[in-house]
Amino acid sequence: MSGANRIKGRGRLTPAKTVRFTFDGKALTALEGDTLAAALIANGIHLTGRSYKYHRPRGMLSAGPEEPNALIDIGRDAARRTPNVRASVQEVFDGMQARSQNRWPSLAFDVGAINNLASPLFAAGFYYKTFMWPKAAWKHLYEPIVRAAAGLGVSPKEADPDHYANHFVHCDVLVIGGGAAGLSAALAAAHAGASVILCDEQPETGGAFHHDADAKIDGVSGWDWAQAATAELRSMANVRVLTRTTAFGYQAQNHVALVERVTEHLANPDPALPRERLWQVRARQVVIATGAIERHMVFANNDRPGILLASAARTFLNHFGVAVGAKVGVYTACDSAWATAFDLKQAGVSVPAIVDVRPDLDPALLARAKELGIEVLAGQCVLDTSGTLRVKSMKVGRASGGSTRSIAIDALIMSAGWTPSVHMYSQSRGKVVWDEDSKRFLPGKHVQDCVSVGACNGVDDLADALEGAAEAGLAAAKAAGASGTKAWGAPGSAISASWAGSMMGAAGGAGAETSVKAFVDFQNDVTAKDIRLAVREGMHSIEHVKRFTTNGMATDQGKTSNIHGLAIAAETLGKPLPQVGLTTFRAPYTPVTFGAIVNHARGSLFDPTRRTPMHGWEEAHGAVFEDVGQWKRAWYYPRPGEDMHQAVNRECRTVREVAGLFDASTLGKIEVVGPDAAAFLNLLYTNSWDKLEPGRCKYGIMLREDGFIYDDGVVGRMAEDRFHVTTTTGGAPRVLSHMEDYLQTEFPHLKVWLTSTSEQWAVIAVQGPKAREIIAPLVEGIDLSNEAMPHMSVREGRICGVPTRLFRMSFTGEAGYEVNVPADHGDAVWKALWAQAEPLGACAYGTETMHVLRAEKGYIIVGQDTDGTVTPDDAGLNWAVAKKKPDFVGIRGMKRPDLVAPGRKQLVGLLTRDPSVVLEEGAQIVANPNQPVPMTMIGHVTSSYWTENCGRSIAMALVADGRALKGKTLYVPMPDRTIEVEVTDTVFIDKEGVRLHG
Amino acid sequence: MLLIHCPYCQEERPELEFRNMGEAHIERPKNIADISDEAFEAFFFIRSNPKGVTHERWRHVHGCARFFNAVRDTVSDRFVATYKSGEPRLEVERGEDGELLVKGARS
Ligand SMILES: [Zn+2]
Repeated sequence: MSGANRIKGRGRLTPAKTVRFTFDGKALTALEGDTLAAALIANGIHLTGRSYKYHRPRGMLSAGPEEPNALIDIGRDAARRTPNVRASVQEVFDGMQARSQNRWPSLAFDVGAINNLASPLFAAGFYYKTFMWPKAAWKHLYEPIVRAAAGLGVSPKEADPDHYANHFVHCDVLVIGGGAAGLSAALAAAHAGASVILCDEQPETGGAFHHDADAKIDGVSGWDWAQAATAELRSMANVRVLTRTTAFGYQAQNHVALVERVTEHLANPDPALPRERLWQVRARQVVIATGAIERHMVFANNDRPGILLASAARTFLNHFGVAVGAKVGVYTACDSAWATAFDLKQAGVSVPAIVDVRPDLDPALLARAKELGIEVLAGQCVLDTSGTLRVKSMKVGRASGGSTRSIAIDALIMSAGWTPSVHMYSQSRGKVVWDEDSKRFLPGKHVQDCVSVGACNGVDDLADALEGAAEAGLAAAKAAGASGTKAWGAPGSAISASWAGSMMGAAGGAGAETSVKAFVDFQNDVTAKDIRLAVREGMHSIEHVKRFTTNGMATDQGKTSNIHGLAIAAETLGKPLPQVGLTTFRAPYTPVTFGAIVNHARGSLFDPTRRTPMHGWEEAHGAVFEDVGQWKRAWYYPRPGEDMHQAVNRECRTVREVAGLFDASTLGKIEVVGPDAAAFLNLLYTNSWDKLEPGRCKYGIMLREDGFIYDDGVVGRMAEDRFHVTTTTGGAPRVLSHMEDYLQTEFPHLKVWLTSTSEQWAVIAVQGPKAREIIAPLVEGIDLSNEAMPHMSVREGRICGVPTRLFRMSFTGEAGYEVNVPADHGDAVWKALWAQAEPLGACAYGTETMHVLRAEKGYIIVGQDTDGTVTPDDAGLNWAVAKKKPDFVGIRGMKRPDLVAPGRKQLVGLLTRDPSVVLEEGAQIVANPNQPVPMTMIGHVTSSYWTENCGRSIAMALVADGRALKGKTLYVPMPDRTIEVEVTDTVFIDKEGVRLHG
Repeated sequence: MLLIHCPYCQEERPELEFRNMGEAHIERPKNIADISDEAFEAFFFIRSNPKGVTHERWRHVHGCARFFNAVRDTVSDRFVATYKSGEPRLEVERGEDGELLVKGARS
């Protein structure tokens, strides 16, 4: 048995196909195709959760995406658990574990319900008023308490084990919504030859036919027509039908984001399937056929479990074969609830009374009610309800007073009319327009290539909806360029239930003179009274009312509450409703999981990992890697028993005493070629390049236009018209962009080509006294002697039989080479060099040793010793700025008053008085350690290391007027002590630079 | 995600392929070394931040890598037109419906 409230012969599910699931640990049976809401109601369960603020017992309000109350935690296992899932859209699968939320210790007995008694304290704006002061208490006291007590579900602690897919797709016509109008539009567009995507958020198309079982199209039931229409669409090669797929975001230029729930309804999903699929559709034309959402009635205690929308009750009955109760009261201002009442009565459910606020009713409805024996209370109101965990009775009477009657019920269905679903239209940036006749907001001018059809466009009549949608579908196909000739005609006849009648705002008995709890927004526990209070307190804009009361701000985005809230605000302000205006509808239409949005961009796919050609060798030789941007760089190579400090000390010593191999492949490289290449570099660098002969290289500095150092690197002239430019590892893309920008937009007259060659060249630095001995046996065609190839020269030849650009240069202060070979040969050449180097006692060294060695020589690292506010003069690099050039980027910026003023921070060396103390990089420097806090800080440490070669610590720092302070003592105050330092120059080893030429 | 028409590739490509490069039609002075502090300030630091029509530079960085200019409405986020760098500033006007149009392009 799939629930006591299942009515034999009703609904469209197959009685034999049962599935088992649990709700709060209790084993229950459902039918395949049930939503959790249907399954729970079938099992007599309406109570599914506690409300957000007052912890009031709540149950299902709806059978659709608008559900504000029944938010459930759905799980398969510990990691596959999703909080806040709407019971009305989650399909039950075998083995599903459903849990209620926001209750402690149990759903039926919840301690937090004390909030309901204390509710006067929780009026609108409560949070703003109460938790204002003191500021610190918000973070440490109020917020944790509020978050623990209020709240929606809890996310799982485990990583999501499933994967998600992302599709970009183009089509002529995207139809959003698979109800009557959407299907009609899709068929018309498809027959006209357009490529069509039709999406619908439900498992099946059919829209309102889920509840409206009376609808007939061309003689068959609306539901059957819809299924046949869908089958026809599915059979067409130019159509893609996506069910369980919600259009949640309408972006610019008809870019519509859809999310398809692929496996959420399956008991044993194929692990190869993505859990959800994000469709990023770019449609030439969009047809919006999103239907309408029924509103609830706003009256006292309208939130008890068992009180729900009439259309929901009708869906439960006609689609799922489930009665929402045994004695169902009806409270309405709209004809469509009557149809539900009639269906329920005919299904054998007791319907004690239809209470309709309208005094004058359609005689046909009255006659039908009489025929079925349903009492009608016209012009009356439900003034209150009773029942704690389930509604027990409704109190009926006239708003004007007089006698009242209590009617026993176990469910109450309601309808205040229908709100056109203009979310997608509004997201497309269309402005809704108030229609005074039908008292609703409708789409106005469509500002993108889209059109609204059917109920979302205010078309109530089914035949009109079908015909209008078909015309729109055809027009969309033609506008998209479809040239098919096959015409598709809308069905000739169509009838459906009447949706006439509506009311907005509080019903009689919940007016301004009362203080009853008549809920407008169930999910955020906003009552009619809260909205009136907000207006009285000065919130006269609907956007302010929304934020002050939080009406419409929950995950349901006010699908049932916005219009009611607006009407109450307008009434309180004494303004016509359209003058108060509607709040903006924002994406997402319904909640979207982070999984679907993050998609593949997680773990190793979050960001590319770049590895050099020698990475494998480095790994095999025990390198510890550090991340430098996207690069993995060998940091140091610890030998057994060595910690980082010991490894780096050994590497530093070995390079200066013997030699070392260093992987410098990550350096940025740009090939600058053309007759004007030198002229271009003259403009981009502070240096002058005219006199650099082919075969020589030079250290260059690049500034931004503001005069600050942007990048640096060695540039080799390969030929008159060809330069091999290197940049910092992190700087390569932006330096190329910077160069391209000037070349394309400021100096387009120069004949120059720029090509990124960073990944084309593997670079092996061989540094140290034995560098030449290591490379010599492998090099062909290059005279390596000091005379033929001095420091700062570059040659082309072969190494290990492959082409090389061999630079004689040094970032260590030792004689050395940087061997550039095509990247594919990097690994082989490295291994060949290692085979030479190892027997000589050389080592491989990593970036840490590189940093220490360059600091011993005072070579700066852009981005470490500079920070975007350092000029060449600040860094002691004035020698690299050409004095006679008429122009280069930064020439004017570096002459700005503040950049030439005295007192600028200059790069200096620091030696601690205690040589064993290593300063912290970033530490602040003061002249007088005894001054009161806050002290005047005159500089900061940029680089600091222990150097085994010097037998002590060294540091570089930017210090105000630093060069004038050489020999002076400064202080680095730390939390536990003050460190005394002496200002020095920045070269700590081989001040004369003789080793470079060895 | 916007679609942007690259005037070099002559087709619309997704925004992901492009990078905004700041305000357009700010020319680097030919005699930059000699300009006053005020002129340098105006050239380097001062940018307009209009509500409505903005002329800006874009780069088709993951495509042809060319820099080009665009006119965009910052209110609607709509591109009115794109054109090659070096071409004169494109003048636009608002049509009756409030949409921006290239001047003279109204039919
Ligand atoms: Zn392009």
